Amino acid sequence: MVRQHSEPYLWLLFSAGGVLSAMLMPSLLLLFGIAFPLGWVRPPTHERMLAVLANPLTRLVFLGLCVLSLVHWAHRFRHTLHDGLRLAHPMITALCYGAAVAGSALAAYLLWQVA
Amino acid sequence: MSPGQVQPEYRQRVLPPRVSTLWWLGKGTYFAFILRELSCVFVAWFVAYLLLLVRAVSQGDASYQEFLAWSATTPILLLNLVSFLFLIFHTVTFFDAAPRAMVMKVGRNRVPGRVVLAGHYAGWAAASAIVCWLLLGA
Amino acid sequence: MADRIKLQVARYRPEREAEATFDEYEVPCPKDWVVLDGLNHVKDRIDGTLAYRWSCRMGVCGSCGMMVNGEPKLTCATFLADYAPGPIRVEPLRNFPVVRDLIVDIGDFMRKLVTVRPWIVREEEKPLSAGEYLQTPEQMDDYKQYSMCINCMLCYAACPVYGLDPLFIGPAAIALAQRYNLDSRDEGAAERHRVLSEHEGIWGCTFVGECTRVCPKHVDPAGAIQRYKLTAAVETVKAFFMPRGA
Repeated sequence: MVRQHSEPYLWLLFSAGGVLSAMLMPSLLLLFGIAFPLGWVRPPTHERMLAVLANPLTRLVFLGLCVLSLVHWAHRFRHTLHDGLRLAHPMITALCYGAAVAGSALAAYLLWQVA
Repeated sequence: MSPGQVQPEYRQRVLPPRVSTLWWLGKGTYFAFILRELSCVFVAWFVAYLLLLVRAVSQGDASYQEFLAWSATTPILLLNLVSFLFLIFHTVTFFDAAPRAMVMKVGRNRVPGRVVLAGHYAGWAAASAIVCWLLLGA
Repeated sequence: MADRIKLQVARYRPEREAEATFDEYEVPCPKDWVVLDGLNHVKDRIDGTLAYRWSCRMGVCGSCGMMVNGEPKLTCATFLADYAPGPIRVEPLRNFPVVRDLIVDIGDFMRKLVTVRPWIVREEEKPLSAGEYLQTPEQMDDYKQYSMCINCMLCYAACPVYGLDPLFIGPAAIALAQRYNLDSRDEGAAERHRVLSEHEGIWGCTFVGECTRVCPKHVDPAGAIQRYKLTAAVETVKAFFMPRGA
């Protein structure tokens, strides 16, 4: 019987977060972080933003992106603290994944507020 | 040693391996690995940024315009520029790893790694196109 | 091109010193000499007390792994001329305890290797009279790359995770486990899964990728590990939802 621990599940979530963030973030970041502020393209109107965010499928994908990206960060950051600075402690683990859970809850709440 | 004296037992004294905590500063490839891992910090930053955007949208047009203005300030712009570079780094390295982990066979033939890689980039292109169409389309 | 080159060789003589030191030797540098030739010249002509391991001198036995200018290399496959004008720093393989001079204690790897059962495991052996196990070329291709491992341990010297956490099972052990997991004649994947899915099994790996970069036989242990992570994770999820098996 294999001794159960959480690494396999966390790794799957980390991988999913990595793929999702890789697929969606570059274009979003290019638009909202660089192109709109620099005036290369006109940003969408407020009505359009509301319409986009009102769509249930968009909300689902957006929430998935936030949750999985945060888990991706938590898992990778925790391992990097161990590899890079030899910092490993149950507190660090709790803080990292805890922050991901908190951020996910915040994301869900903010999305719900858009309605 | 004089005759009759017992030889002391020889204990093998091995030199234990020592790794410096800053081992990753010692080689270019190690440093690139740490940078790759730290790209996750910029992923988390962008989640925060997106959530700030969503909050601004839900608070009305004035809030939204304020957010857009804030995103154009120099420190935020620079942060997002750096984030974008790290995100590209993340995308390229993560997709590079995908064919190593996903080994698939169709019948008796193995799907070549570059097909898996191409599939990922195709997905990325499609996702980017949808994002652009959603936000910029007529 | 210079016809001599300096070797700065790490020495560790436990009977007289508590720390490692460096001795410098000047050796000939013909264009076809490798670092091992240089060391043999030192031992034959200059300092017979130098201790190091080597055997086949052609890159198949895995005995002569050492750090050459900070990189894990097979000294029989590393040309002196490539480092001209030198000097070349030769040290024992990193991340292993040093017994003497350039000789390291590889016991940890040997013990870990056994735990993954690197042999064909079968529920029931076929009797000899039943003939050979047959395998198609495609079936052999499934595991062939991982079978090229010569246990030289350059990957362990390169792996920072192994350096930081000596409990980590390490690249070669996992690659060799995969060599048997993917062999169509083998039925031992479940047994190996028990060992590999420990915290210090595959889950210690953070895919630095250095092991693959330094491997002289192109085994790609990093790829073997990532592939097994996916297999093991999927198996774990399946076991969670279907504890008695599908």
